[in-house]
Amino acid sequence: MSDHFEPVIVGFLCNWCSYRAADLAGTARIKYAPNLRPIRVMCSGRVDPQFVLQALRSGADGVLIAGCHPGECHYVNGNIKALRRFTLLRKTLEQWGIEQERVQLLWASASEGTVLAAAVNRMTEELRALGPLRWGEKVLGDNGAAHLVVEEV
Amino acid sequence: MTENGKPKLAMYWASSCGGCEISVLNIHENILTVDEVFDIAFFPCIADFKIKDVEAYPDGYIDICLFNGAIRNSENEEMAQLLRQKSKVLVAFGSCAYEGCIPALSNLTTKKATFEKVYFNNPTIDNPDRILPQHSTEVAEGELTLPHFYHTVKSLDQVVEVDYFIPGCPPEPPQIWAVLQVVIGALTAGQPLPPAGSIIGAGTMALCDECTREKKEKTIKRFFRPYEIQPNPDQCLLEQGIICMGIATRSGCGALCPSVGIGCRGCYGPPDGVEDQGAKMLSAIASVLDVGHESMDEDVLEELIQEAVDTIADPAGTFYRFSMAHSILKRVKNGKGAA
Amino acid sequence: MTDQKKSPAEQEKVGVYICHCGSNIAGTINVEEVAQWAEKNPNVVVARNYEFMCSSTGQELIENDIKEKGLTRIVVASCSPHMHEKTFREATERGGLNPFLFEMANIREHGSWATNDKEAATSKAKALVNGAVERVVHHAPLEKIPVDINPNTLIVGGGIAGITAALELAEGGHHVYLVEREGTIGGRMAQIDKTFPTLDCSACILTPKMVDVGQNDNITLLTYSEVESVEGYIGNFNITVRKKARCVTEELCTSCGICEEKCPQKVIDENYGAGISYRKAIYRSFPQAVPGYPVLDKENCTYFQTGKCKVCEQVCPTEAIDYEQEDKVITFDVGNIILATGYDLFDARQIPQYGYGRLANVFSSLEFERMVNASGPTAGHIVLRDGVTEPESIAIVHCVGSRDQNHNEYCSKVCCMYSLKFAHLVHEHLPDAEVYNFYIDMRTPGKGYEEFYHRLLNEGTHFIRGRVAEITDADRHPGEEGKLIVQAENTLLGIQQRTPVDMVILSAGIEARHDAEDVSKLFKMGCDHDGFFNERHPKLAPVSTMTDGVFIAGACQGPKDIPDTVAQGGAAASQVAKLISQGTVLMEPVRASIREEECSGCRICNTLCPYNAIEFDEEKFVSRVITALCQGCGTCVAACPSGVIDGAHFTYTQVMAELKGVLWDVQSDVLTKQEVA
Repeated sequence: MSDHFEPVIVGFLCNWCSYRAADLAGTARIKYAPNLRPIRVMCSGRVDPQFVLQALRSGADGVLIAGCHPGECHYVNGNIKALRRFTLLRKTLEQWGIEQERVQLLWASASEGTVLAAAVNRMTEELRALGPLRWGEKVLGDNGAAHLVVEEV
Repeated sequence: MTENGKPKLAMYWASSCGGCEISVLNIHENILTVDEVFDIAFFPCIADFKIKDVEAYPDGYIDICLFNGAIRNSENEEMAQLLRQKSKVLVAFGSCAYEGCIPALSNLTTKKATFEKVYFNNPTIDNPDRILPQHSTEVAEGELTLPHFYHTVKSLDQVVEVDYFIPGCPPEPPQIWAVLQVVIGALTAGQPLPPAGSIIGAGTMALCDECTREKKEKTIKRFFRPYEIQPNPDQCLLEQGIICMGIATRSGCGALCPSVGIGCRGCYGPPDGVEDQGAKMLSAIASVLDVGHESMDEDVLEELIQEAVDTIADPAGTFYRFSMAHSILKRVKNGKGAA
Repeated sequence: MTDQKKSPAEQEKVGVYICHCGSNIAGTINVEEVAQWAEKNPNVVVARNYEFMCSSTGQELIENDIKEKGLTRIVVASCSPHMHEKTFREATERGGLNPFLFEMANIREHGSWATNDKEAATSKAKALVNGAVERVVHHAPLEKIPVDINPNTLIVGGGIAGITAALELAEGGHHVYLVEREGTIGGRMAQIDKTFPTLDCSACILTPKMVDVGQNDNITLLTYSEVESVEGYIGNFNITVRKKARCVTEELCTSCGICEEKCPQKVIDENYGAGISYRKAIYRSFPQAVPGYPVLDKENCTYFQTGKCKVCEQVCPTEAIDYEQEDKVITFDVGNIILATGYDLFDARQIPQYGYGRLANVFSSLEFERMVNASGPTAGHIVLRDGVTEPESIAIVHCVGSRDQNHNEYCSKVCCMYSLKFAHLVHEHLPDAEVYNFYIDMRTPGKGYEEFYHRLLNEGTHFIRGRVAEITDADRHPGEEGKLIVQAENTLLGIQQRTPVDMVILSAGIEARHDAEDVSKLFKMGCDHDGFFNERHPKLAPVSTMTDGVFIAGACQGPKDIPDTVAQGGAAASQVAKLISQGTVLMEPVRASIREEECSGCRICNTLCPYNAIEFDEEKFVSRVITALCQGCGTCVAACPSGVIDGAHFTYTQVMAELKGVLWDVQSDVLTKQEVA
């Protein structure tokens, strides 16, 4: 592991708002942390908590779920369901020992390229400070990394 | 092979409570048929075989081994490896072997925290010298060993290849008998066995398929602990705010718990095709929480939803009560999480 | 016991195309490196990098590779799918593959344009390409869904918006069902006296259109009727309408009006009369009603309440009165629906300090509109509530309930103009009266509107810029006794002002109909923050809704004046005419479907669909997605606790594969359950 840790963030961006916000950030040539790896879904309501957990399991240091502002969802209220799931998921993740900063929910409309860029920058720095999650290696001992996992009594 | 050539049956308990053995015996008089058809090759609960007996068997000697209990320590794993080697068909019997069950709830804490709680920090222990059990201890007669205590509890299929899974805590006796009949039919009459890797002795759909309560559209404002309300006996428990895992749990038990007014706990594991039972349960009930409307201010929305979510006391423990070892994350991060 | 044969996904042959986009991508990302790296994926047969993939040469690369190399899946790493997904899907199709066997990786907007760090951009590109490759092997071919369009149309609401839309379609040769809740069409325009800024007589410009509607063979007019249920989807709606019993046999009635004349029972007309005039128990809202058949109001009819009377039956020359008449339930099929249900006026009782409902001579705008109308209760004379006294001074209060954080934050768009109109009408009827308009801003944007304002300035109207704080009858100073005192800050002068007047008119704002949310659910679309029907796009699609086949027009979409309402009525009709002339439309296949054999009937999904696209089969005890209503958001897919809802093109398997794919460089879980043998 190098001294300079680059967090890996998986982003679930909704087709109508936040994905377009990310497009806009690029079109406007706003430079922001390249740490986000976006995955397009039609609506933030499509985000299954299993996706979030799998992202963390597969090595992501954080997950960003981004959708339309309440009241603006292209599908009326898919984002409200996303918010409800996120709220319960966050409570559950707390019990798993996963810091709040690692899974975040953001509202960004299609015109809010700057908001998305700023959120990615902020989240990248928050995760840099927290350090890598790397669930497979550091928590489950993948690839024989058991020495990273068990604290002996 | 014994002289009379009857098929060999084994049943072993790893990190378990013994309930699976009792459930097998609860097939009542059908146990006589089992006794007729099979020779017992290894069954610590009811017969006095030693491990060296099993080690002496040829590979594949045991026709069918029902392995219950989770993999908590190195002895459990060694026995799993041994029985895998000596068995033609290895069945993960019961929720512990299938997906971790209650022993796997230990994955919500750490080995360190567990030992400190058990041996140092509890009201009935007086251990000022902080003596801990050791894996290896030298005594005059030689070396005494205890199994290694694993930091993470695993399911059977996470240490060896498993042929079939029978879910349930415990699997219900009628289902056990149904499975045994299938096995007996295969051994004695050449009838086909289900495809390897199948989950048997259970249904495929969610429990709602078996539950007789009336189900309407779900709009839940908040959840209640089971003691907080007296639920209506005919209406879906979830609709009344009692957390019933039935929607995310495989059928097969006849919906026993909901039929007596208790929400399903989820002991049969997820339905076919679902990877993480807890996550799907979380997704479903959060989605139908009838709290907050898209016309509200963002702060108001968050507050209202948080309030409703806070009526669920222990999400991780409730949603992953039985399936922790098979969940996507499997255990909590070291040093954090509720012990 | 691992299956040694390759899974179907592993047998796919993927072609990967990294676009340079000139220097837009290649200037930051090492496109050759990414292409070479992509080729190492066991599924990738060919990986190219090219200057402009969207050019015809670029597209031909795809088409030729499919044919020559037997490719089964295509990945293009270039710009945003919002730019060129359609382009590359079509190229894929021309190559001989189903267009949905294609995936894009956005390495321009999300990659090269968003960072100057070349190494990071290249690394991110690899991750995104890998995600696309891992995803695309799980894609399934999808076909657009053809739907026939029934050429009939349902229009709900017989105001000027509905009338305009109905005439546009009917005169174009298409059949229309026009359903109106009241006994006659006409809507708000029929209540109005003069219209701004031209001061046209509203009824004079409206009634010819009403007559056209009544006479057009292509319009089935269903008045005193309401839509009860709407089943189906675009092109194929099945509508159920309840035609309420008017107790008049329409085939026999000649609209002579004798029953109305002789009816002994007077009723306060809350609807058309704004509560300040009377009608009879058997009535037409106004003489030019279309249709001309009266309605018998059973709740206020002496015969229905006490068993006595029956005068109307006795005097009717054609025996058209039928007390036994029952509601009729009618069903019919249409292809499209236009909602033109209009608005309600803000109820000024919600602002108690304005005294409406408590102080007799505080009037709402609709009340004043009816009063000043020559066919109103005072034959157009402006008088106080006593019915006799002419006011010598009138205050007109703008923005009542509008631009108000306590009530409606929006501006109701028409109130400044109608307030000016009232001022003018007062000057006309009562030349000696003083008129005070209390306003915040003067909003007069339309054609001739600013000029109208200027005219009022010249007519001697007093304009006071200040939001009215209170209207009271508690006099404090000489000259205030017996008057209504309007308390406001005159912001231009910077003083508090108390203006004693005889009459106050509250220019109340426009609100969505109070049952708009229920109506929207009936038609499977939604309302916005303020309760108005939600348009598909505020700028580019103001008369469409999120639900295909359902359109909106007029004030139900938001406050607007008559010209804009008529424009929207025509616009909605034009959208419908387009669909009718297409005859068949192709719908996007990105939708959900439930595997019914595996559904346990838990019903978690039933309340999750904003389009009501999920129904529950009470016999089979399973839930089902109505494909044509589903818009493909995937919310139900994520919620289903059994995982039996498939979201086409965004399946669990596809998204998981993409997710693991983008994490290729940080994944450590090489051991999966399957590989433990």
